[in-house]
Amino acid sequence: MTTEVLKRAAWEEKPTPAGHGAKTLTIAVVLAVILVPIYMVVITSFSTQASVNEAGGLVLVPSGLTTAAYEQIFSNQLIMHSLLVSFGITAIGTAISMVVSVLCAYGLSRSGSFGHRTILMLLIFTMFFSGGLIPSFLVVAALGGYGSYWSLILPGAVSVFNVLILRSFFSSTAQDLIDAAKVDGAGDWRTLWSVVLPTSKAVLAVMTLFYAVGYWNTFFNALLYLPDNGMWPLQMIVYTYTLQGNSMPGTGVTNTGQYFGHQELSPLSIQMAVVTLTLIPILLIYPFVQRHFTKGVLLGAIKG
Amino acid sequence: MSAITTEKVVVQPAVEQRRRLRWHDKLRRDRSLLIMATPAVLLLIVFSYLPMFGLVTAFQQYDIYYGFNNSPFVGGYQFARLFTDRLFWQALENTLVISAVQLVLYFPIPIALALMLNSIMSAKIRSFVQAVVYLPHFFSWVLVITIFQEVLGGAGPINHFLRENGMATWDIMTDPATFKYLVTAQAVWKEAGWGIIVFLAALAAIDQNLYEAAAADGAGRWRRLWHITLPGMRSVIVLLLVLRLGNALTVGFEQMLIQRQAVGRDASEVLDTFAYFYGVVNNNFSYGTAAGVFKGVLSLILIYAANKVAHVFGEDGLYRR
Repeated sequence: MTTEVLKRAAWEEKPTPAGHGAKTLTIAVVLAVILVPIYMVVITSFSTQASVNEAGGLVLVPSGLTTAAYEQIFSNQLIMHSLLVSFGITAIGTAISMVVSVLCAYGLSRSGSFGHRTILMLLIFTMFFSGGLIPSFLVVAALGGYGSYWSLILPGAVSVFNVLILRSFFSSTAQDLIDAAKVDGAGDWRTLWSVVLPTSKAVLAVMTLFYAVGYWNTFFNALLYLPDNGMWPLQMIVYTYTLQGNSMPGTGVTNTGQYFGHQELSPLSIQMAVVTLTLIPILLIYPFVQRHFTKGVLLGAIKG
Repeated sequence: MSAITTEKVVVQPAVEQRRRLRWHDKLRRDRSLLIMATPAVLLLIVFSYLPMFGLVTAFQQYDIYYGFNNSPFVGGYQFARLFTDRLFWQALENTLVISAVQLVLYFPIPIALALMLNSIMSAKIRSFVQAVVYLPHFFSWVLVITIFQEVLGGAGPINHFLRENGMATWDIMTDPATFKYLVTAQAVWKEAGWGIIVFLAALAAIDQNLYEAAAADGAGRWRRLWHITLPGMRSVIVLLLVLRLGNALTVGFEQMLIQRQAVGRDASEVLDTFAYFYGVVNNNFSYGTAAGVFKGVLSLILIYAANKVAHVFGEDGLYRR
């Protein structure tokens, strides 16, 4: 991201007041369309039943705040377990994906190395052609993935796109340093660990975010491979109990939306609290990684 | 004559040996690099290449007890069934209609957003806007549709407002007639901001001197946009159009799946959900796979055709001529 203050060139005409106004308005609308719904979801999860009733749905300006919804979901076995599952899948999956992708990207980053062109073609081919949903399902099922957590991790552990971005980064930025390390007698493992990785922190941060978000958002594989709701990750909980409106065991939120527990709490607040839970990790990590996007992503996109 | 023959006999093994040695040396030199690439290659072989062989099941009557190897072959039966299935044609039609609506209504938005962002003078405001518009890309479809449901749905604040003021309410989340626009709006909300990244890169690569020269020649803001900015983005726009056309048969699988219950099968069934419901949910694996094969083959043809068109316009597209 550029940090310098941009100056209007001398030859460039001043914007007309109408043009400037229209631009400002458009940008304000774009920001509002994205931010206001997110804000409403979060604030509703903290709102009292009176506020929710008054608003007739999502709350914009709450008349009272409460953390009752969170107390409710933090004491709920199903939700807490799903939270644990989501964190576990994300941590283990991201670790596996990063190790495998970084190794592969570095292994293929040296032009002229043995077989690297063939392996690269092997990788790229999978971006354009795949066996499709059902053959993949049958393969995973045949390997015992049905009802097992690894089916949420291993089938999608390697993103060829991410490997290509990492590869182009490794082969362009650190080449001089790699050569110097070679002269000093460092092997490939040592070079990767102490030369390449420390100079690639930005792209590694972005790739980690990409993979972590992918695992955190895992939904369809869980729907496909995990029949038991006791094993579900958080996204499946949101889908089943918030979006489809099924009754959530242990919270008293029922099909009809009536709530039999604490009377001062709206079922909508509980649902929005679960939604907020899925939002929080992304909102927490995002600002720290976001500034690397242009650097890490663009480089790969341009070089292809 | 005999001398030449002997020479040949002597020389040939030497050359062969040298080549083998070089091959060997290379392998020995790059041993660690190959070991590093192995885990990823193994994962792809198991989870990408193995399923490709599973495509054979489209020509079988797959039985879970017999597996790929022993299920009976039925030739083109599954395809014959597919092509006479009204629901399949409806899924294909829905896919193409949604794809077309997205091409027209979605595609220009990231370009316009990128141009607008590029013209923001303050670096602070610019990076803030960038951070906000990228954000929804990282939300899951479950989350995005939940947010749409809560805001636009029958129980949302907008319908609440309409009801309070005695106006007709409109639950867009369950309206099959406007579903194609709803899914396009969702795709715009989630991905249009992220889509500007690649256009911003193209804009940054345009030679700034061109603008100054054009301004000196009396070209105004709009003429510079038309004669410098847009031609500078042309390659990227064409590349993304080619990719979009190549992916015309892929329209938000999870997005459709999640909203199927609310809006009904007739509006939301696309090729991917058709394959899923007939293949996995109804345990008719061969039939679902046949739908997948149809989609895969048609997609390859589309990529090829889109590239041809790109070449006609003098662009590289996905690959060179």
